[in-house]
Amino acid sequence: MEPTINYSEKIPNNVNLADDRALQRALERWQPEFRDWWRDMGPDGSANYDVYLRTAVSVEPQGWAQFDYVRMPDYRWGIFLNPVPAGATIGFGEHKGQPVWQDVPGEHRANLRRIIVTQGDTEPASVEQQRHLGLTCPSLYDLRNLFQVNVEEGRHLWAMVYLLHRYFGRDGREEADALLTRRSGDADNPRILGAFNEKTPDWLSLFMFTYFTDRDGKFQLAALAESGFEPLARTTKFMLTEEAHHMFVGESGVSRVIQRTCDVMKEHRTDDSSQVRAQGAIDLETIQRYLNFHYSVTIDLFGADQSSNAATFYTAGLKGRFDESKRNDDHVLKGRSYPVQSVIDGAFAERDVPMLNALNEVLRDDFIRDSIGGVGRWNKVIEKAGVPFRLSVPHKAFHRKIGTLSQVRVSPDGRVVSDAAWNTSVDQWLPSAGDRAFVASLMGRVVEPGRFAGWIAPPAVGVNRQPVNFEYVRFN
Amino acid sequence: MAAAAPSADYALQHLIDPEVCIRCNTCESTCPIGAITHDSRNYVVDFSTCNGCNACVPPCPTGAIDHWHQVRKAAPYTLDDQLSWDALPAPAALDVEAADDVPEDVRRLTEIATAGQGGAASAPSSAAHPYVNLYSQQKPAIATVAGNHRLTAPDASADIRHIVLDFGNTAFPVLEGQTLGILPPGLDENGRPHYVRLYSVASPRDGERPQHNNVALTIKRVTADHDGKPVQGAGSNYLCDLAVGDEVKVVGPYGASYLMPNHAGSSLMMICTGTGSAPMRAMTERRRRRRALNEGGELLLFFGARVAEELPYFGPLMKLPKDFIDINFAFSRAPGAPKVYVQDRIRARADKVAQMLQDDDCYIYVCGLKGMEAGVLDAFREVCCAHGLDWDALKPQLLAKSRLHIETY
Repeated sequence: MEPTINYSEKIPNNVNLADDRALQRALERWQPEFRDWWRDMGPDGSANYDVYLRTAVSVEPQGWAQFDYVRMPDYRWGIFLNPVPAGATIGFGEHKGQPVWQDVPGEHRANLRRIIVTQGDTEPASVEQQRHLGLTCPSLYDLRNLFQVNVEEGRHLWAMVYLLHRYFGRDGREEADALLTRRSGDADNPRILGAFNEKTPDWLSLFMFTYFTDRDGKFQLAALAESGFEPLARTTKFMLTEEAHHMFVGESGVSRVIQRTCDVMKEHRTDDSSQVRAQGAIDLETIQRYLNFHYSVTIDLFGADQSSNAATFYTAGLKGRFDESKRNDDHVLKGRSYPVQSVIDGAFAERDVPMLNALNEVLRDDFIRDSIGGVGRWNKVIEKAGVPFRLSVPHKAFHRKIGTLSQVRVSPDGRVVSDAAWNTSVDQWLPSAGDRAFVASLMGRVVEPGRFAGWIAPPAVGVNRQPVNFEYVRFN
Repeated sequence: MAAAAPSADYALQHLIDPEVCIRCNTCESTCPIGAITHDSRNYVVDFSTCNGCNACVPPCPTGAIDHWHQVRKAAPYTLDDQLSWDALPAPAALDVEAADDVPEDVRRLTEIATAGQGGAASAPSSAAHPYVNLYSQQKPAIATVAGNHRLTAPDASADIRHIVLDFGNTAFPVLEGQTLGILPPGLDENGRPHYVRLYSVASPRDGERPQHNNVALTIKRVTADHDGKPVQGAGSNYLCDLAVGDEVKVVGPYGASYLMPNHAGSSLMMICTGTGSAPMRAMTERRRRRRALNEGGELLLFFGARVAEELPYFGPLMKLPKDFIDINFAFSRAPGAPKVYVQDRIRARADKVAQMLQDDDCYIYVCGLKGMEAGVLDAFREVCCAHGLDWDALKPQLLAKSRLHIETY
């Protein structure tokens, strides 16, 4: 296994693809289907754009970032696995301490395939959701960031498809084909997970999505990066570094919107949302409602709070917890319990349940802790501007559609409310049609180098040490 | 101001900007030696563990980890310091050595080099603050050769090299126009250690590549002395023979007056021959990197060599936009062509040169072989004459206003 990626091959890879002719042929048959999918469902109208994109030339840190202009249909998607750690053993579950597996354990084949297909399905889904956003980009810098995220999601799809082809035989190949036929939001053939069938109608939604929903990706990938099935662990480890960039796009994007809004508020000495809107900025209350929406939709992605499947995957050594090796316990968890929120007689109560059954909740709580950190950093921007407003994440039970907490209506501040009360207040808690129409009205295409739309501040630095006014995308 | 110890140890400390960092953990998981840790607030780099391998820098999605602050080795920022920050502290100013501490041989060489000025020179008022004499012969800085590129064609009569020195974690702040000293190893023909050789740096103050802490030199292998007798220059041959990875002892930096202005609208007239182009390259590259800031000011360059193939950086110079820099080459041995020297080019551009001589925002730099001095000063005199100016009155004014800098060898 060489760390350097061979770009002279049709499918760049560091898995010695050329030594497995059957696999290579199968993937080379899938490759044109992928390109067709990109042509049809990739970023709208972008086929001729030269975009200043990052590619990896090796999986070593120094080979991580090679920047150059490329037409996205020519982007060299490939298969990159992190290097092999010597003598790796399974870190948790009933096989703890044993050597990692290079093949799929037969009894878990179907389950593992489902995990990989579900993860893989989210990648093209987000590209489909975001495909029209280029038409309303607030700057060339942001347009490049959008395209970087899109091509990397394409690469993540390749990562999952490689595993399906290599380890799951004909079923795997069929699933790989099906990944290209489902369509986000399609009534007949939708994507698998709810969040990935929602529309991403504007750039604030995009930033919230990449901040929160890609972060779900981070935690799912981190849990899979612990897997005893080593090819999966090495694949997802590499994907995590790309995911970090997506979360940066989201965190810095929202931060810059907030910065611009606060600048407007100070300049015009107002905290009145209609006056802020009149100046072409997005008021903080609307930002909070967008936050509420994307946060709640995302925490549903972690699955049912009590799940025997989660217990099975953990015990089998397939999917660990986030930062498994840093946790101070026996990594088998048979005797451990975990507090889970539920609603009893209209009030919240915490019950202790076996931790093995609550592993989705464990991961959800890790996610919540992580995402609160960024919200805190957004609040620093607001605080620095001298504005008394503070953003917050809503209660865990707010606006849920999965798990036991979906059975009640809960306000963002954690009160159980009646259906009638919910209907009266929902427009204060979630983006209303009017909110979305207002944000949509701000979306106009800005493509002069160095110029930024009036609702978002420029970033502090450019990409790859280029200046902020660099020509990040060339239209031809 | 407290005087610093004569050979204080400085280093570059690797720091993460907490205002930009998104706490994604990529750096911590990438670091091969566990130098990065975190608590619930910040990610921090342990000064005593970090070896500057830079593995964490490319994968960082925000660039927050791409910060290097100059600190005293004995007093870096602790982990507790870093964990408490909400923002990076402003880079601390280092104590500057008093000029009297500059070694005798460096002072002697500098006097010879600047004799052509005919008077003391001072730095332009908007020049950046130079650090001088941070490293001495007793405690030199150690740099590693990161590159040794031959600039002239293999069959050219001159072997001129572009040598890149990487200072790693050692702080070696050096400005355009300053020099550093190289100590060639071994003994001279009298059995004594070689005296220091001074070379003007060819990189702008942020190095060949910002945040990489390196400096380039332009070195010509000396195979004959001023009278044409064969001799092997100890310094130049040592440097030209270096391989990538070799370690080099470096002293300095030196030079507190041959510095460029930094205020918007300031112009540069640069006159050089051969390897005297090093400070001009440094200044030009500084300006080129700042072009997008639209600070104004012009660049006028007179550059002499025997032939184009022996003119260092000829290729890169040709790629610079004409509206960025006005280049006038002078080739003294171009086959089939008359001998042209920089003073001829100066005379040919008399109008432009006269205009810039009278512009208080224009600063003039001369660097190259001693032999060029007389011709350049004569050319200035003639240009002044043709435009009704008095060179003998003008020259002291130029010196008083820090507008004329001459360093030849």
